[in-house]
Amino acid sequence: MLCHRVIPCLDVADGRVVKGVRFVDLVDAGDPPTLAGRYADEGADEIVFLDITAAPEGRGTLLDIVERTARRAFIPLTVGGGVRSVDEMRDVLRAGADRVSLNSAAVADPRLVDRCATRFGRQAVVIAIDARRVADGWEVVVRGGRDGTGLDAIAWAERSADEGAGELLVTSIDRDGTRAGFDIELLRAIRARVDIPIIASGGAGGPDDFVAAIADGGADAVLAAGVFHRGEWSIGQVKDAMSAAGLPVRHLAEPMS
Amino acid sequence: MSARLRIGIVDYGAGNLPSVDQALRAVGASPQVIRTADELATVEALVVPGVGAAGPAMDRLRAADLVDPIRSWVARGRPLLGICLGLQLLYDGSDEDGAETLGLLPGRTMIIPDAPTLPHIGWNQVVRRPARLDDPLFAGIRDGADLYFVHSYAGRPAPEADEAIVGETIHGGRFVSAIARWPLLGLQFHPERSGPVGLRILANAVDIMRVGALAGPGAVAGGWRPDPVGAGGTAGRD
Repeated sequence: MLCHRVIPCLDVADGRVVKGVRFVDLVDAGDPPTLAGRYADEGADEIVFLDITAAPEGRGTLLDIVERTARRAFIPLTVGGGVRSVDEMRDVLRAGADRVSLNSAAVADPRLVDRCATRFGRQAVVIAIDARRVADGWEVVVRGGRDGTGLDAIAWAERSADEGAGELLVTSIDRDGTRAGFDIELLRAIRARVDIPIIASGGAGGPDDFVAAIADGGADAVLAAGVFHRGEWSIGQVKDAMSAAGLPVRHLAEPMS
Repeated sequence: MSARLRIGIVDYGAGNLPSVDQALRAVGASPQVIRTADELATVEALVVPGVGAAGPAMDRLRAADLVDPIRSWVARGRPLLGICLGLQLLYDGSDEDGAETLGLLPGRTMIIPDAPTLPHIGWNQVVRRPARLDDPLFAGIRDGADLYFVHSYAGRPAPEADEAIVGETIHGGRFVSAIARWPLLGLQFHPERSGPVGLRILANAVDIMRVGALAGPGAVAGGWRPDPVGAGGTAGRD
């Protein structure tokens, strides 16, 4: 049975991991490869690495950091931030990423999803959707949550899947950094419309929130940054809560039988 | 310990080479990238990695003039490990893109049946066939260990090659997640991304390929038989 993944997110600005509080007022939280290695040892099922300064400043992903991070952790690494083309995605994969997440560039050109999926397979393409609540649903926001697009987030999720996305990384911008729990309604609304896996992001405060994102929101995997970076909860504690709730998780074990 | 096994990683533009390269180094092998048939002469074993779709992958293998050299490599009984898409390419054909693949193992690649979500992404259990519980490929690994998958398709050996199956995995329906039939090894999961357990399996694969390449498959622990591979194959006697 497929385990639910617990994924620490390394938001990186200027080569350092930072904690995001609504994507502004960032506080330094460490060296990306060091943190990735630590989380891998603690039982993280995957690492998501987002170069959050990339899109606003229009520069490419920091390939050397990706390379150093990938070398430290023999677990899957998903990388996003500033990837705008098939060639840039190739470069990030070459640097050691297993999968690449697309955000602003895919919103600007949805066919980019199809081109990347055709070239690298849909399993390599993660579409990151930053969603903000509006009167009649959720709106897609881009550029690290700074700009609204007028695009309906649920419709965009469905379109992304149709274009060939292999997974959705759904972040509630309203909840991000608040520790008020994931936006369960947002997750449910997207779950009802797509069959590809969903990673829930934005709002994790405690172990029960992770359980709810999966049990109530229908997410396949859960992601958080600050609660892990600040040491409030460990990967293991979150997995223990999930396991107690009857959700299958991977437990660290000695390879020997 | 004998000299480091020189392993060629077939580079046909299908990604994830750095992960495989680093993991092979971590388990004590000496990997190098293979882009042309001539470079095959410098290695003792092959790894065909790969993520992505079968059709474009075969197109790129053909464009690099690597299809026939890989087929004759296996026909001469030299070891090859396929990972993920690299395993799927070993079969006769794939439902993905309707691609004709390498035809080294009788069987076909199909979409995972009855899957609740696709792609199948994450950690799932490999359950061994009772007859392969002691297979050297999984030496030291408990049955049902969690390993990392990221794919939508998986191959299944034809009935006459059923004994090649070492392990299977369930995601809705059941699919084949590990095969071993000299000189072929195949893993549908990513050992290079499956933490310490994955590295141990990769180390096992390297050991099997080293021993088999040196002394023939009969020397591999666990009593592998030198099964002929493909029509008229002379595997294991080279």
